[in-house]
Amino acid sequence: MDVLIAAALAVMQPHMLLIVLLGVTAGLFVGALPGLTATMALALMLPFTFAMDALEGLVALGAVYMGTIYGGAFTAILINTPGTPSSIATTFDGHPMAKQGRALEAISIATIASVVGGVVGVTFLLLAAPPLAQLALKFGPSEMFWVAILGLTLIGSLATGSVLKGLLGGAIGLIIGTIGISPIGGETRFTFGWVPLQAGISLIVALIGLFVIPELLSMMRQGRAAIDTTTGLGDGGFRFGTALRTVFAKPVNLIRSCVVGQIIAIIPGAGGSITSLVAYNEAKRGSDDPDSFGKGNPEGLVASESSNNVMVAGSMVPLLTLGIPGAPPDAVILGVMLLHGLRPGLDLFAETGVLANGFIMSMGLAALMLIPVGLLGGRLIYQVIMRTPHYFLVPTILVITMLGTYALRNNLVDVALMLGLGVVGFGIRGLGLDAAPIVLGLILGTIAEQGYVQTILGGMAMDIPQLRLLENTLSQILIVLTVAVIGWTAWPKSRRRKD
Amino acid sequence: MKKTMNTSFACMLGAAAGVALAAPAYAQDFPERAIEYIIPFNPGGESDITARMQEPMMEEALGVGVNVRHQPGGGGAVAWAEFQGNAEPDGHEIIGINLPHIVGQPIQRDNAGYETEGFDIITWFHFTPHVLVVRADSPFQSLEDLVAFAKENPQSLTVGGSGTFSGNHLETLRMEQLTEADVTYIPFTGTGPLPAAILGGHVGAVISNSTLGVQMGDDVRVLAVAAEERLDVLPDAPTFTELGYDIVGGTFRGVAAPKGTPQERIDMLADLFTDMNETMAERQVPMGFQMTDIRGQAAVDLLARLRDQYGDFLTQ
Repeated sequence: MDVLIAAALAVMQPHMLLIVLLGVTAGLFVGALPGLTATMALALMLPFTFAMDALEGLVALGAVYMGTIYGGAFTAILINTPGTPSSIATTFDGHPMAKQGRALEAISIATIASVVGGVVGVTFLLLAAPPLAQLALKFGPSEMFWVAILGLTLIGSLATGSVLKGLLGGAIGLIIGTIGISPIGGETRFTFGWVPLQAGISLIVALIGLFVIPELLSMMRQGRAAIDTTTGLGDGGFRFGTALRTVFAKPVNLIRSCVVGQIIAIIPGAGGSITSLVAYNEAKRGSDDPDSFGKGNPEGLVASESSNNVMVAGSMVPLLTLGIPGAPPDAVILGVMLLHGLRPGLDLFAETGVLANGFIMSMGLAALMLIPVGLLGGRLIYQVIMRTPHYFLVPTILVITMLGTYALRNNLVDVALMLGLGVVGFGIRGLGLDAAPIVLGLILGTIAEQGYVQTILGGMAMDIPQLRLLENTLSQILIVLTVAVIGWTAWPKSRRRKD
Repeated sequence: MKKTMNTSFACMLGAAAGVALAAPAYAQDFPERAIEYIIPFNPGGESDITARMQEPMMEEALGVGVNVRHQPGGGGAVAWAEFQGNAEPDGHEIIGINLPHIVGQPIQRDNAGYETEGFDIITWFHFTPHVLVVRADSPFQSLEDLVAFAKENPQSLTVGGSGTFSGNHLETLRMEQLTEADVTYIPFTGTGPLPAAILGGHVGAVISNSTLGVQMGDDVRVLAVAAEERLDVLPDAPTFTELGYDIVGGTFRGVAAPKGTPQERIDMLADLFTDMNETMAERQVPMGFQMTDIRGQAAVDLLARLRDQYGDFLTQ
């Protein structure tokens, strides 16, 4: 207890609060720009943290991380473009709300949900890190394979229209994911001898190409009308009170999303990209009225934004207790810790408890600071988008997007690929194919492939190496879940009738 | 390209490359603008963190800005290929290079897009020897235990490492060859997933860099180190050589300029990196790094040595 009080005092210093404020603010704007990811924001911060002591450096990184993941919601809501991969699911209901003229209300809801998620994640981390870390260790190659398969079944239920078209999109994503050097084995695949393709198609490139470019193209096609409906004029502002009631009116949804976010956050390698998608899917499945999802149901927004902010602190569980980065940005934080001579593990809490707990608490503080920073920043971004004529807005977003894509890996080929995928994305949107299943296929295909090959390799001494996939209890649980989800997707109507 | 390239020949080559070097470059007019320092890997890795530490020191010493840029992809190949194709050989563009990556990829891939000898190596500034580690509660108390088990139970012991035909993988193959142990190598994507793999018992052992052995402390037992001498930070871990196996290897990290960069500028940058190593040592040596300064002919010879050591495995 003394340690916790000392940690709280260390973090409550004025200069610490300033670091958190600046970090959250900077992160928010980075997150709102498509292509600029949390990992990149943290890497750019690295040289500054060398001049700070260990706690200050970690607090700064934690605040930027929290701000970035939240900032992705703005563009998701306002222009149907996830600013970071973690806010893909925010577009599903956030943007329809904006189209109904409830953009600022959606921002309020996203803010409150993010704060709740952030605080819940910090609480889990403070109170339950060791058992959660033990759970994280259970996810070996075969479990990861089944996690990915379970994730792929989401496509069936995420697809707004036809399940078949959703699956087709997922298959396209799987194929895109095989381009480049294979993750296991190192073979060059589908590069057609073209050296730059060795890097494969990055998730962010696909994300921007498939979400942003089609959106910009349809804005151009619809002209003025698209912008007016997008920015929804004349609403009553933030409706903070209403938003607060909306978020807490469905406590089950909120709690479920936080728990889902926490569980996925600790699975190393699954990362933030799918957290919000899974939480969204669970919210939809658990709802009395699943058909209202995708049409501006605030519950979907709450699920997405609360779960992805749980992930920020949640992914620190394996990082701080075991030295395992749960999501890509955590790798940067691990690097900073090692440079300051801090070795992650239970010793970190035992020997440098003030530092470890102070870092965790500062993330809670960063979450709370999302309210003032987010509402002010959100209003600013909203005003800019609303007041800019569409013939300026579309090219501006296009340029920012191209810069972001280039900055990702400093590779012009990525920009060309992004634009190419964008045109393809616009074309297939007309055929009723959504971008989300494609992106999901891209993310999960790689995870599934790695898990499968590693498991089979590990069973080389057995007669039938594939049996290793079925060996562990956790794998078996995941298989049962997968079958259940497929069943639910295949016979939803009969189930509902029984209800 | 001949490997036996001496200093004066490099100068001639630089001039012959015809890149506006009519007059010899003097130290005063270099650098005249910001230095681009390309890291061919993701943020947060050891190469990146090292460059981030060097960045402010370089800016102070050179009096110009230093832009550290990430260009990840293909295990480094994308950045190396673009660098060899496009970078100006005037010392303002430098790139992080790693061994054995730049030896292995061009042999193993049909077209990696770059050549091992296509750089002017400034210096290899540090080295992380490989270590063979098992979980602290593993029944293998020594390398001999592990080897004996792997001989009796072919292929059933799994050894995790980062990448395929990477340093970790090649070292595993070499260990199998010299000890006659028969293990199954399981590649992971990078060093990041390895702590989980070993702590979760998903693999029986891990071959990785010394930094991992240090980072994981009491959670693991380091059975052997692939260095010439024991490491100060891992005093209880024997070297492979002590145990009777000639296995010395690991990851070298360095920087290179494009082929044809004036030698004075290469030398000046090499001196700078060596100076910085003194400051870097304070933080990096306790993490398991060994600081090195391998430049000039020695840097090129190192490529040949690794090719001899691992070439057979790569061409199989």
